[in-house]
Amino acid sequence: MTLRTLKGIVLKIGFWVLVAVLMVYAIFPFYYAVVTSLKPSSELFQVSYWVDSVDFSNYAAVLSQPTFLAAIRNSVIVAVSVVLIALLLGLTAAWALGRVRFRGRTTVMMIVLGVSMFPQVAVLSGLFEVIRTLDLYNSPGGLILSYTIFTLPFTVWILTTFMRQLPDELEEAAIVDGASPWVTLTKVFMPLLWPAMATTGLLAFIAAWNEFLFALTFTLTDSQRTVPVAIALISGGSQYELPWGPIMAASVIVTVPLVVLVVIFQRRIVSGLTAGAVKG
Amino acid sequence: MTAQESHDTVSNSSRDQKGDEGAGRPVGAPRRERGTRVRRQRVRAAWLFLTPMLIGLLLVAGWPLLRTFWFSLTDASLSSLEGSQFIGLENYLVFDDGWYGILADSLWWQSVWNTLYFTLVSVSLEAVLGVIVALVLNAHFRGRTLVRAAMLIPWAIPTVVSAKIWAWMLNDQFGIINHMLLGLGLIDAPLSWTADASLSMWAVIIVDVWKATPFVALLVLAALQMLPSDCYEAAKVDGIHPVRVFFRVTLPLITPALLVAIIFRALDALRVFDVIYVLTSNAASTMTMSIYARQQLVEFQDVGYGSAASTLLFMIIALITVVYLYIGRRQLGGGS
Amino acid sequence: MKSGLVYAGSVLMALGGISQAQAADLTISCGAVGAELQLCQAGVERWEARSGHSVEVVSTPNSATERLSLYQQILGSHSGDIDVFQIDVVWPGMLATHLIDLNEHLPKGATDGFFEAIVDNNTVDGQLVAMPWFTDAGVLYYRKDLLEKYNLEVPTTWAALTEAAHTVQAGEREAGHKDFWGYVFQGRAYEGLTVNALEWMASYPEGGTIVDDDGKITVNNPQAAGALSQAAGWINDISPQGVLNYTEEEARGVFQSGNALFMRNWPYAWDLVQSEQSSIRDRVEVAPLPAGGKDGQSAGVLGGWNLAVSRYSDNPDMAADLVAFLTSFDEQKRRAIEGSYNPTLPALYQDEEVLAAVPFFGTLYETFTSAVPRPAAVTGDNYPRVSNAFFNTVHEVLSGRVTADQGLESLEGELERIKRRRW
Repeated sequence: MTLRTLKGIVLKIGFWVLVAVLMVYAIFPFYYAVVTSLKPSSELFQVSYWVDSVDFSNYAAVLSQPTFLAAIRNSVIVAVSVVLIALLLGLTAAWALGRVRFRGRTTVMMIVLGVSMFPQVAVLSGLFEVIRTLDLYNSPGGLILSYTIFTLPFTVWILTTFMRQLPDELEEAAIVDGASPWVTLTKVFMPLLWPAMATTGLLAFIAAWNEFLFALTFTLTDSQRTVPVAIALISGGSQYELPWGPIMAASVIVTVPLVVLVVIFQRRIVSGLTAGAVKG
Repeated sequence: MTAQESHDTVSNSSRDQKGDEGAGRPVGAPRRERGTRVRRQRVRAAWLFLTPMLIGLLLVAGWPLLRTFWFSLTDASLSSLEGSQFIGLENYLVFDDGWYGILADSLWWQSVWNTLYFTLVSVSLEAVLGVIVALVLNAHFRGRTLVRAAMLIPWAIPTVVSAKIWAWMLNDQFGIINHMLLGLGLIDAPLSWTADASLSMWAVIIVDVWKATPFVALLVLAALQMLPSDCYEAAKVDGIHPVRVFFRVTLPLITPALLVAIIFRALDALRVFDVIYVLTSNAASTMTMSIYARQQLVEFQDVGYGSAASTLLFMIIALITVVYLYIGRRQLGGGS
Repeated sequence: MKSGLVYAGSVLMALGGISQAQAADLTISCGAVGAELQLCQAGVERWEARSGHSVEVVSTPNSATERLSLYQQILGSHSGDIDVFQIDVVWPGMLATHLIDLNEHLPKGATDGFFEAIVDNNTVDGQLVAMPWFTDAGVLYYRKDLLEKYNLEVPTTWAALTEAAHTVQAGEREAGHKDFWGYVFQGRAYEGLTVNALEWMASYPEGGTIVDDDGKITVNNPQAAGALSQAAGWINDISPQGVLNYTEEEARGVFQSGNALFMRNWPYAWDLVQSEQSSIRDRVEVAPLPAGGKDGQSAGVLGGWNLAVSRYSDNPDMAADLVAFLTSFDEQKRRAIEGSYNPTLPALYQDEEVLAAVPFFGTLYETFTSAVPRPAAVTGDNYPRVSNAFFNTVHEVLSGRVTADQGLESLEGELERIKRRRW
């Protein structure tokens, strides 16, 4: 009996040690970014594990730049639009690919997956030409368009798998009632797919929010930049100086909303992805 | 194997059980007189629904991809795109008093090897760690929500930024990692994580694993929560050791989810760019296929050669994907 | 309170949408970074006031490689989105086809009084594609307090530097300063390593070049091999192994935290190591880089930036006028005094006001005037490839994976390969 209690205690301790180790691994870099962002630049090259004196000057410096706030606004516009477009196109495509059998369907699925097999840098100049032709250069429109290249494939794939496992009876009833596919999709499937849509929406949002290369190439002026580019362009005093403190401050500022978003949606993500991945 | 099969394996559709061959019918929909009409109507609607997505993809991806294929057969350079000439497969391989071209470039083969090594190691680690994290998060304990949220942080930080944070932490002289290891007495001299060729690949892997484990963990956690509890009940009654239960009962049941997570991760890992670019730049010991392609395209302005590298990269990834889907199809298919 | 209002105001402005100012007559990309950008903006505003035209200043990535690729993207699509570009000294050869010949748009004698070497550098096939704006060259930073403490002279040869580094490093470590190193430089496999290695090579008599002015590959010579072997010997001896992944800022980090005796860097670091928060303030001096031996000479590699006008600009004459204004005597003087940017006009190095602001312009005049160019003009489009092959070889030699002789031999082969493709 005592042996068993002992074993239980050891197991419990082991468990908490494991939790602690994992937590440190996951959080420490972010914690370190916060610590760095609160230090004046002169202490940059000294290692410290916590903040001795809090110095908000980096945050003030970042937030006092109107261009940074403009960048946040642009990022929100772009990311939200990308999510909405990806969900709309993804949902209709998912119905077609998940519920209807027709020739060429698998080809479509593979084409969609194939799009995400090219390195980003390879499509860059071609996309640049497309965007210039459509006169979307240096505007959120160009970014919204180009971001569909990496949001659509996984949106379509995940939503399709979700759509597949919804029971057939639902749709049969709708067909018997003579409902059109659009009505079936919006009235019957959409309400059931909310968790899936929350998942894919969040994934698309984070992807669009964090994208750097396209944003750098397809925008030119400060008023059109997005957050990652704005962070990368935060400048030090001279060409080689790295303004580490402000960069960290800006990163913390833009990461916090994402973390909050993730916390809010985490239950949804879990239940959402589940259905897609496992259920047959 | 056909694309049809590969698709089925991943989506794990319910279609197989239905044994349905008809086109345009809802899966398992009633066979009725008006079935044909409904079916046709549905196929039409399906294409109608697909059109916006296909046009969208065609618009953003079609031209750039075709252009890449085309340029890979020319001698185009950034400064003279118009004046480029068709040179066949010379960018890939040509014999001109010695072999030239990508396929004869040892750096290309090294970057292929580096990419495969990186993908294999980091994705494996992510899978193992992801399962462990998921098991922890699945356990009932106080503060679980908090821990869950914390575990997701690495995934939410922009890669450009997190790679820079790590670059700073891994610095040999003023980086906190060396400081910690020295303090704990694990090493006696600072390690130059990103400069030492034998360490830099591991530095990159550590960062990538940190970044991507939450994604795998999330999917596996989802699978864990779906497990039928009766299996466990039975195992408990039989007094089977928990470790055995994990390997005999839990693992097989979460395998499909794990495999899906792995394929998405592998696609990303095979194209890995920014983490490595920030940490070690163009160093040969960590050069991957994407970095190689970028170097040719951007730094050397050699659009023809760079496009050829991108095309090869695409083909390698496509090949790996097809093989993976083929090997994994039984596992993935048997998940239900 | 007041600053709070400012924040609130800017937030509102951001949310309300900052309508883009009316399309400007010109767009200029000059300087990515804070002080540099402000200086440029001030200059541009003065031109605006004088000419009555409006100019938009856009910021670009700080990393030169990324900035170049962005420029190429824009120029490659023949877009006139940017009229005036700030380009690196090694870019004229690569970008020439997209740039106008300034000789045709500027009055005769526009380049009179500028450093000839830079004007030559910016002339491609007889066309002046860019005006010299400010120059740069590598210099040696040293801790004068430590040299005094150990009774050492400022080294004038690399051998003397190595010896001094040994003495001081051993002494300081004995005294308990365990992280102390003798010499830090830029050893990452990137353009900066090409610059550093070329400085070592060029400091030896006849060791000089990677490719000579006629395009002949000259890198495989005993002097160069000697210079590289010497540098390879520094690693883990007087330089930390991590230097193999250092850029300018990492080197400055080590030096500025008091952990190194010598540092090779650009003049930009001066203001920073001498700043109020610096732990080594007033204990630092700047000297020319050491020479390769008795017969050698100090060699700093030429850096710096120029202004060029896009061929696709809608207003090339107006843009050329802006370029002429920004590179004028008065404007360069202002930039030298306010931002210690090295002028490209020799006359300014004798200007008293300038010398009062930046004393080492006088003492290092030689370094700036005789700076060694990289073989960018002669290799043209292929310069990045050449530089890449070169710094990769040097990196291999420094990491001890090949000897200098082997490395240079295979480099020669590789350069031949590059040359036969197109140069």
